[in-house]
Amino acid sequence: MRGALAAGCDFFAGYPITPASSILMMMLRYLPARGGIGIQGEDEIASIGMCIGAAMTGARAMTATSGPGISLYSENIGLAVMGEVPLVIVDVQRLGPSTGAATTTAQGDVQFVRWGTGGGFPIIALCPSTVGECYTLTMKAFDLAERFRCPVFVLADKEIALTMRTVDAGRFEEVPVRERSVVDPADTDPPAVYRYEPAGDVVPMQLYGGRHAVRFTGSTHDQRAYITKNPETVGALNEHLIRKISDHVDEIAVAEADLGEGATTLLVSYGVTAGSVRDTIAIARAGGAKVSALTIQSLWPVPEALIRSAAQGVERVVVAELNPGLYAREIERILSDLEVVSLARTDGRLIAPTELIELIK
Amino acid sequence: MSTPISLVPGPSLRNEADYAFCPGCGHGPVLDALNEALVRLELAPHEVVIVSDIGCSGLSDQYFTTSAFHGLHGRSITYASGIKLARPELNVVVIMGDGGTGIGGAHLLAAARRNIGITVLVLNNFNFGMTGGQHSTTTPTGFVTSTTPGGNLERPLDICATVGVNGAAYAYRGTSFDGDLSERMAEGITTAGFAMLDVWDLCTAYFVRNNKFSRRKIDQTMEAIGLEPGVLYRRDRPEFAAEYRRLAEETDDTLRAQPVVPSAAASLGRRAHFVVAGSAGGRVRSTARLVAEAAMEGGWWSAQRDDYPITVKSGPSVSEVIISPEEIHYSGVGRPDVLVIVSEDGWGKAAPYLEAMTDEGTVFVAAGLPQPETAARVLIVDPAAASPPIARASRALAMVGHAVESTGIVPFDQFEKVAGRGAFGEKNLGLIAAGVELIES
Repeated sequence: MRGALAAGCDFFAGYPITPASSILMMMLRYLPARGGIGIQGEDEIASIGMCIGAAMTGARAMTATSGPGISLYSENIGLAVMGEVPLVIVDVQRLGPSTGAATTTAQGDVQFVRWGTGGGFPIIALCPSTVGECYTLTMKAFDLAERFRCPVFVLADKEIALTMRTVDAGRFEEVPVRERSVVDPADTDPPAVYRYEPAGDVVPMQLYGGRHAVRFTGSTHDQRAYITKNPETVGALNEHLIRKISDHVDEIAVAEADLGEGATTLLVSYGVTAGSVRDTIAIARAGGAKVSALTIQSLWPVPEALIRSAAQGVERVVVAELNPGLYAREIERILSDLEVVSLARTDGRLIAPTELIELIK
Repeated sequence: MSTPISLVPGPSLRNEADYAFCPGCGHGPVLDALNEALVRLELAPHEVVIVSDIGCSGLSDQYFTTSAFHGLHGRSITYASGIKLARPELNVVVIMGDGGTGIGGAHLLAAARRNIGITVLVLNNFNFGMTGGQHSTTTPTGFVTSTTPGGNLERPLDICATVGVNGAAYAYRGTSFDGDLSERMAEGITTAGFAMLDVWDLCTAYFVRNNKFSRRKIDQTMEAIGLEPGVLYRRDRPEFAAEYRRLAEETDDTLRAQPVVPSAAASLGRRAHFVVAGSAGGRVRSTARLVAEAAMEGGWWSAQRDDYPITVKSGPSVSEVIISPEEIHYSGVGRPDVLVIVSEDGWGKAAPYLEAMTDEGTVFVAAGLPQPETAARVLIVDPAAASPPIARASRALAMVGHAVESTGIVPFDQFEKVAGRGAFGEKNLGLIAAGVELIES
């Protein structure tokens, strides 16, 4: 929440859901005095819809929910992708499937946010592993949303959202958040609202409220936002939507590598599980084990180069996560020549360092 | 409520595109009336956002030179609300079909209740035209559609009454044949609050064909089912976006961090775990928080992890507090150093902790609960037997006060200092003192 305010978030809409409600309550409490708008929608669909509408007027919009709410956001996530709308979506994960356990932590939405809307187009998702990272990565999410004109997920979990901790707020890292690149509102004869060539090139937004009319559509559209099914135009549009992310993976990639000299095992984690890995590394090294750790903060697009680099020289990789092994499959795909061990928990308990130690050889 | 109508019409806001609607479809005339209304109001294209829904009516925005938002089926009101909230000076007009009033019914209700200043035109032709003539919320009972081949069994939605009784500022029912349609639209657009225009028209592709429907039958049907035409609701009520801003100006509730400044030097040798297991509503979490805050006052790191059901004041509530001289990464508590079991609910959650504890640990158990099987030292205290007896909701604090004093897991004076703050400080200190007095057995 503080990261969002520091990033200049001035529009929030959300619907109550454990364990994300505290973000809703805080935003609705603190936005008015800052000149922002905070509103509780009649449901999740309305909440993300209002955010998309507001973003088209220039608002820096954010919404927050948990897995069941992402289900309801699904169609609108696609709309934000298609219409190229900057938007930050926080998913405070809880144990599923279905209603699951609202007050139990999990990391089960890792693949869901990636594939949670029709079409299979690339998505950006950042995953904080500490309270400080919640601050920093939320700011970064706003920055990436502006950079690529797209929805960006912040994938938190109940443990990070609701476990109270001492934090050293003085050490929270600020990241610069770029201003929205927009066509001059005073311009009465602006260019076409979209541009597909060169593919992946993001053009300045045109916003409602200026001196020119602005068109927006979630249908396949030409560069003036009129509906079209022309295969050349639609192909160029979709190529653009793919490449604006997939051509810039290195710009998005964030991971923290703690590489040990001569390490034979690499522990890969993200989010809440990273805390266990940090303690495990300290204990294991104190016991003489040669071990490395990689905490991935940018889950999507997969930071393949960083993963390959951290795995250099190791024999086995352990992926620890609170789901049925959802990200392990990405690691297996990238490090197909190594032994990949999936430590997957779905019973609501955290992964304890004592469990991880046993997997280090 | 008067409508400022210009005697000098401005330029048309229609573009050159021909309507792609079927011959005889009512949508074209309704859009012509909308253009006339916008011209009457002398609005420039950039001052108007047409938010179109899905279906044949969803094509509407493409015939105007105004700003446009074409989103998802049933959700047009949500985008319009976001736009209006963020830029109240814009004229936001939603164009949806009768289908949108079904799938987006919750949004219709919410927009009316908020009285948000958007105008909604329902191009109501009683069926889903684009997808094959299926029945909708407004299909009159007995009428034939592709999904009600034997006649519709459902009662049609009274759109105007629905928004009208729920707070809309303006509601009008008419038809695409009404001569005054553009004037009514202008009225709706200039209404500060939420305005609904339910405009009945003909779907020549399906509804006309299936029901021998006609202009005359529109009027007859309206009468037969008792839905009145005309301006049905006018209400002077504060508009939501303006009201939000008015209230926002009165608040100065900005986020101010209140850092904890350690008042004592860290002296804890190692990480320690403290667990309170009691009942929801028994102040378990707030009591555990005092332990965590006392640790912070002492310059240590602390973390508090709560486990409770989704209910608020029933069922178990367990709080785990970690205090550590170093930053805490893993926030789980496998083995408590001190465990306080306050109630039967808490007892039910205690087994894994009791099993993990060693003879270095201490368990405080409320009298009357079963004797725990554990390697740890077990001390029984009886808050119910105190004089005066300690109420259930206060036992967690009393027992934790006792445990802190007895074990020194955090310095007792720091714990008292934290607990003594605020409106409940005095009461807290009284309970802690009563807790300390409890006799261990």
